[in-house]
Amino acid sequence: MMERRKEVLKSLQNLGGRFYDQMDKGNFPSIDMPSRSTDNIMYDEQLRQFILGERRVKRSARNIRHVKPFTQLVWGALFSNELSSQRKTSTLRDVYYSAQAYEMTFKDQQESNNIITDLETILGFSREDFSIFPEERSAVFGDLTIEYTVPGYEGKTLDLTSHPDGVLIGPALTSSEFVKTSADKVIAIEKGGLFTRFIEENVHRKFNSILVLTAGQAPRATRHFIRRLNEELNLPVFVFTDGDPWGMHIAMVIISGSANAAHLRELNTPDAKWSGVWATDIVNYKLPTDPLDEMDMKRLYELQKDPRYKDPLWRREIKTFMKIKKKAEQEAFSRYGLTYIVDEYLPTKLEETK
Amino acid sequence: MAQTTFEEISAADFFYRNRDIAGFTNPSRAIFVAVRELVENSLDAAESHRIPPDVYVRLSYEGEASKDTQIYKLRVEDNGIGVPPRHVPSAFGQILFGSKYKLKQQRGTFGLGGKMAILYGQITTHQPATIISSTGISKTYIYKLMIDIQKNRPLIIDRKVLINKDMWRGTIVEFTLEGDYFRAMPKILDYFKQTAMVNPYANLTFVDPKGRLYKFTRITKEMPEPPKETLPHPYGVDVELLQRLIQITQYRNMNEFLRYHFHRVGEITARKFLEFSNISPSKNPKKLSHEEIVRLMHMLKRYREFLPPDASCLSPLGEDLLRAGILKELKPEFVAVHQRKPATYAGHPFVIEAGIAYGGEIPKKGAFLVYRFANRIPLLYDEANDVSLRVITAMNWRRYKVMPDMPVAILVHICSTKVPYKTVGKEFIADRPEVRREIANGLREVARQIQHFMSKREHVDRERKRLGVFSKYLPKIAQFSMQLAGKEKPPDVEKLLASVKKYGEEEA
Repeated sequence: MMERRKEVLKSLQNLGGRFYDQMDKGNFPSIDMPSRSTDNIMYDEQLRQFILGERRVKRSARNIRHVKPFTQLVWGALFSNELSSQRKTSTLRDVYYSAQAYEMTFKDQQESNNIITDLETILGFSREDFSIFPEERSAVFGDLTIEYTVPGYEGKTLDLTSHPDGVLIGPALTSSEFVKTSADKVIAIEKGGLFTRFIEENVHRKFNSILVLTAGQAPRATRHFIRRLNEELNLPVFVFTDGDPWGMHIAMVIISGSANAAHLRELNTPDAKWSGVWATDIVNYKLPTDPLDEMDMKRLYELQKDPRYKDPLWRREIKTFMKIKKKAEQEAFSRYGLTYIVDEYLPTKLEETK
Repeated sequence: MAQTTFEEISAADFFYRNRDIAGFTNPSRAIFVAVRELVENSLDAAESHRIPPDVYVRLSYEGEASKDTQIYKLRVEDNGIGVPPRHVPSAFGQILFGSKYKLKQQRGTFGLGGKMAILYGQITTHQPATIISSTGISKTYIYKLMIDIQKNRPLIIDRKVLINKDMWRGTIVEFTLEGDYFRAMPKILDYFKQTAMVNPYANLTFVDPKGRLYKFTRITKEMPEPPKETLPHPYGVDVELLQRLIQITQYRNMNEFLRYHFHRVGEITARKFLEFSNISPSKNPKKLSHEEIVRLMHMLKRYREFLPPDASCLSPLGEDLLRAGILKELKPEFVAVHQRKPATYAGHPFVIEAGIAYGGEIPKKGAFLVYRFANRIPLLYDEANDVSLRVITAMNWRRYKVMPDMPVAILVHICSTKVPYKTVGKEFIADRPEVRREIANGLREVARQIQHFMSKREHVDRERKRLGVFSKYLPKIAQFSMQLAGKEKPPDVEKLLASVKKYGEEEA
């Protein structure tokens, strides 16, 4: 982790040096980077994630329309450099407000987010590497011991079963090293209620697993964390979501990444499995359901055209959803009693998607 | 057959009974109309002899009349040609129907001057009017007059003759009337401001009942060419006019009658027309029967060969004076004016003058400020019904880079021997196709000019903003890069800024 931090700092400072030299020679500073427009985003079968194509765009301070975002970009780099060298962290919201201290204004949060994404695209590091984190809400629980690298905690270790609510996947955890684990799998869960149930029901012990709460669509830091669990510890990953198009897509983003992050690598876990709730589960388990509404159906049509959904399992589930026009939440299993999901459903599905 | 009795009434009596027609509808309107009529008389009295007018108006409070109305004394002084003493009583104390056998552009909406105002004052306060006048000779005459309404004759209450040491020339009219000044105030002030706009060669002073002084100072002594009198054009006649002409004519045959009483009719034209309408040239006009007169009128209108009236009977302001007036009263950032060539409707010549002004002290109202004038009189009521407003509304202003939320004033002036008013109120212009077309063409011309100005301004604006952006951000980029690269001093951006500027000028 320390090496990566040095690399990030170096690339930020090089960027500043490049602009400095350009101006020193009497030229307008400029930089080019891959275009992130939708027609330059494509799915790479080999990497099993979205990537950016060949097209590049040039940002130049010579251009009246670019000069302000260009300044914001340089400021963003400077801000990240200061954060990283002082070993502090920040959020996207912080970035938006901090700019004002430098008499740099962002029109809105979206504008400042875009600048950070530009910086990611140029340097090939994700914003977490620049010490900019999203608002944290996802958590992890299970038999995994980590060692902190953040200032003041260097060398300290933590057993991730030590807090019954789980441990927040924040900057400190993201930058920690994995020390040891007895788990042989990772179970990612969409909803907080079920995550808590699993902990109460000792799922981590019964199934020898590390539990990750994605809290809806998993933040990048969490996706990266899941990938590390899979890569560094060699643990298979199983994803449990609600049985609807949105839940299905939460699993897909963990597996194949998002178009928004096409300029970044190592956020996805290609070998992760979506274990449920499937449309076919709704039928087989006779779950209580809600009808799919217009938005749900629209989403299904979109997913049908998505290159990530070409595998037979996904196609079958989309079709089934369209046929039954029904959806079910993870909590729907409670109709068979509170422990049914852990005693019956979970083992079956883990086996089925192994 | 039922018997109808006709009661003959005097002109004064007629207006006494029908004062609404002359605009004296209510106490606030009455005081506005009184001021307006007298000011217009004064302007005409000076202008007709190319004297730059000095008009002084004072309204003073005299007492309560009723709960909502007060008695005011109105005094109007001018430096016009003055009224010869023997004409004073009838000029101010007798109401005459207009007897216009000759035409020229005139201000007065009724040709009654201030007589109606004086009559109104007498009706409401029973006080005589004081008239002081001198034609610049060694004597000044002071009359106190009342009007005998039934007999329509002036009653001279008092008459004095003073030595005019300074050879003062002009007329002073003073009388009391009932009114509601505070309700009328906005219109009266508007009236003065707008009058000053189209009379930039006049000094106007107004002292209101609270003693507040409003002064509109001339900025030029240049005055427009005064209108020439002209005969009526054949296309513009009606039966009434024909009858009157026949009554007064000294000519004993139709050919001469047409030649000497009508505009654009010479001997040959008269002959050809009489042939065309199958009327004997030697016919005595006084012998024409009523049916023949009606037929004559129709034939005059139908004959295609009359030349259109010429415009020497009109006195438009001219582009220079119009521009000067707008600059003086509106103090805009930009002004464009245009005078159309003379045109005619129904045998009446008219000229449209249009102006547009932007920015400066013009307020933003969310709608264009529209100033309408007819024969140099501001039209202040019924704006929404005026043809000018319809033309303005129908125009695609976006095309000219002008939006209603901008500070824009639009001015339309129509000059004519017969202004096509829509109603007896004479406050707005009727939608006649010829007039509408001229207004539209005039406005399009000034709109094109403002479009030009707007484009240029936009460009300069854009350029300034552009430079602003670079000079704001380039130093920041330099500063941030320096810090990021860990250097000691920021790179020099002056050269880069200079290159942006040069580039900008090339563009412009």
